[in-house]
Amino acid sequence: MSHPLKQHLIDPEICIRCHTCENTCPIQAIEHNDDNVVVDASKCNFCMDCIPVCPTGSIDEWRVVEAPYSLEEQYEWDELPEQGDVTLDDAPSDEQSNDEGDADPVAALLAEAHKGAGGKARAPASAAKPTINLYNLSNAVEAVVQGNYRLTAEGADTDVRHIILDFQGKPFPVLEGQSLGIIAPGTNEKGRPHLPRLYSASSPRDGERPGYHNVSLTVKRDEGGLCSNFLCDLKKGDKVDVTGPFGATFLMPSDPAARLLMICTGTGSAPMRAFTMARERTVGAREGGMVMFFGARTPDSLPYFGPLKKMPEKLLHKHLVFSREPDQPKEYVQDRMRAEEELVAEMLQDPNTYIYICGLKAMEQGVEEALNNITESTGESWQALRDTMREDGRYHVETY
Amino acid sequence: MADTLDVSYDTRIPNNVGLGQDRKVLKALEKWHPGYIDWWNKLIPQNFQDSMVYLRTAVSVDPKGWAKFDYVKMPDYRWGVLLAPKVEDRLIPCGEHMGKPAWQEVPGEYRNMLKRLIVIQGDTEPGSVEQQRFLGLTAPSLYDLRNLFQVNVEEGRHLWAMVYLLQKYFGKDGREEADDLLRRSSGSEEAPRMLGAFNEETPDWLSFFMFTYFTDRDGKMQLESLAQSGFDPLSRTCRFMITEEAHHMFVGETGVGRVVQATLDAMNKAGITDPNNIGNVRDLGVIDLPTIQKKLNLHYTLSLDLFGQEVSTNAANAFNAGIKGRYMEHRIDDDHQLGDSVYNVSNIVDGKIVTQEVPALTAVNMRLRDDYVRDAAGGVGRWNKAIKKAGIDFELVVPHEAFHRQIGVFAAIKADPQGNIITEEEWQGSVDDWLPTKDDGAFVQSLMKPCYEPGKYASWIAAPKMGIDNQPGDFEYVQLHMA
Repeated sequence: MSHPLKQHLIDPEICIRCHTCENTCPIQAIEHNDDNVVVDASKCNFCMDCIPVCPTGSIDEWRVVEAPYSLEEQYEWDELPEQGDVTLDDAPSDEQSNDEGDADPVAALLAEAHKGAGGKARAPASAAKPTINLYNLSNAVEAVVQGNYRLTAEGADTDVRHIILDFQGKPFPVLEGQSLGIIAPGTNEKGRPHLPRLYSASSPRDGERPGYHNVSLTVKRDEGGLCSNFLCDLKKGDKVDVTGPFGATFLMPSDPAARLLMICTGTGSAPMRAFTMARERTVGAREGGMVMFFGARTPDSLPYFGPLKKMPEKLLHKHLVFSREPDQPKEYVQDRMRAEEELVAEMLQDPNTYIYICGLKAMEQGVEEALNNITESTGESWQALRDTMREDGRYHVETY
Repeated sequence: MADTLDVSYDTRIPNNVGLGQDRKVLKALEKWHPGYIDWWNKLIPQNFQDSMVYLRTAVSVDPKGWAKFDYVKMPDYRWGVLLAPKVEDRLIPCGEHMGKPAWQEVPGEYRNMLKRLIVIQGDTEPGSVEQQRFLGLTAPSLYDLRNLFQVNVEEGRHLWAMVYLLQKYFGKDGREEADDLLRRSSGSEEAPRMLGAFNEETPDWLSFFMFTYFTDRDGKMQLESLAQSGFDPLSRTCRFMITEEAHHMFVGETGVGRVVQATLDAMNKAGITDPNNIGNVRDLGVIDLPTIQKKLNLHYTLSLDLFGQEVSTNAANAFNAGIKGRYMEHRIDDDHQLGDSVYNVSNIVDGKIVTQEVPALTAVNMRLRDDYVRDAAGGVGRWNKAIKKAGIDFELVVPHEAFHRQIGVFAAIKADPQGNIITEEEWQGSVDDWLPTKDDGAFVQSLMKPCYEPGKYASWIAAPKMGIDNQPGDFEYVQLHMA
């Protein structure tokens, strides 16, 4: 059985047959007859050049299929087929995995990470459609390390790295909030290759450097950790096997008016950095509508402390919170959220607010309690609000 | 987190043609610029000038860089000079100079011919903005208002593109022509726009959608043939304009489609099955299908006239000179010189419509019109699919090319929409069934009431299937300035 694949399709009900995509495609993967404009699955390499040039939005359609729809089939369509049930060896997303997630270790990892949302997570309605599972264990893509920089001070008690990967022209369409699977070299005790470990992209969709489509990761060295030590020791020019992208719900809304409430600790800041940079690149100097509560032990150990301080408050309203500052009482993110109750409550009541929580599992309980207290003080039930927000695609948790 | 500006603007005019190093042209453009802004400011009603409009701006000609969406006040829109990337070693694709390197400068012998083509193309761009200037006041939704303004600012940019060519390559003459593009004005007594179709006011939104579907499609075909030009700067300019023009086709096709859909939905809801039950359908606050057919007849035939004479020596000369090619010239499998080949053209002989073979070289206009007819038929077929799906027994039909023509061989006769030649009396007896009457116009006009609430649509038009830039249904595409 061949691997399921993600197929790029054009919605014939919305397409106006202007053929702009066909003329733009650099590898002639798009063609038409008198009826429809279609994409040849054997040629399309997901370069995405056709997406922004389409005046209708009909071209941003994707189906996971066991066998791709042929050109002849696509020419016959009056409308797009529904996404069928695909039995997967490797599920395309955490959404479609079963509860145990045993079919796919990646889906299982994501399902576990998203548990804190208290139910099935949904992507924001206006989020771009994510590409998922483009590369898997049997078909990993090789990335070259462009740089590996220590983010925490030399003397700090943690070693957090900013690692930039370049895919050498191969497509790796990753959205902010999605994860990459990194395969450490060597084999496990059974003599099998190691399973991928998941890391959130910390760069926006158009690349760490805009237009370059390179991807950055934020990695903390764990003592004895196989993959984190492998990553943290990488040198410029080293090669890494990568799978993914993964994750179809922890995504940012495209609506520029949407407000983001970001709560994170440590390397949980990775997706938040991606969100922030994506916003910065779209809204420019205008109001960003983003609020961040970011906790670390000390400024020394807070990833991106310097660059964060420089972000204009208008773009990103920041609360950097420290739990091990000498001569200061311990302060955790939930403490600051309570102190900023008015701001948080106002955001919670705004149906345009999206909440993202990312970091260690240990932070979950404290943050939940704070949100609980704050909603109670406005006479609402946190549980109900959380469920509504989650159903709306506005509440997202990723903890590990 | 690094500062990220995708494009640096080295001059006041965004461009990818190195204006910063081209002082003379930059000076000419900067001199022209205030007149343009003045033209724009006087044209569009003031409260729209002050509104924030969610527009697409091209910031680079790379596929990834030319669709940046953001709120902008229209007078602050970054009109720029953008040419498609240069193709290395591009050759002249047709005519007697075929196979020689494409011209990077104006070939002296064709200077006047080229200038005239550019001026005519340039004249249509501001012309359509002028025709549509008052439509914003009756927009059926903020979504449609935004689409209107997107079309308008891009027509404005297309004017810029033509002005750049005139000022860069045609010296003093070119600068004067560029000024005249702002001096002429749609519908003006003393200085009208050059082509008749651009001197009629667009009276209502159905006309606007029909105009963008049928008339802008003529513009697209003209751009396609200029994109084949052996004069490389013209080719590159037009190639980039075509990408933008696609949005105008989109507004037209989906606009008419949504008007049809609203009518179908209302008829089904009210249980009206007879599409010719015009009075009852109109009472529902929607436009009856026969009136939509009449509007289609009008705009389609006006657009056919824009292709000029079927047999034309001017067109032959332009093709032979390599100044203008055919639609998809590079995909046509022939000698690209049309030395001995022939082409079928309609003509009137002894009061009958006949098909005659003429030298293909002289029939370049006719061929482009035939390509247009095929291209225009597609959307009409898709509207009919919706009608069929709704279970209403009606079909929109593209009329015969002989029907209602003012230019070309058919101007001499009267024909019905099926292409039967008829007498003047027969024409007068039936014209009200074929073309919109005063009463039809008054009825459509009576529906034109603004609907400015986000996510809401006027009764006579359905909501779009998908938002612009994937935005949700109630997105505020225009933040109206309330004075």
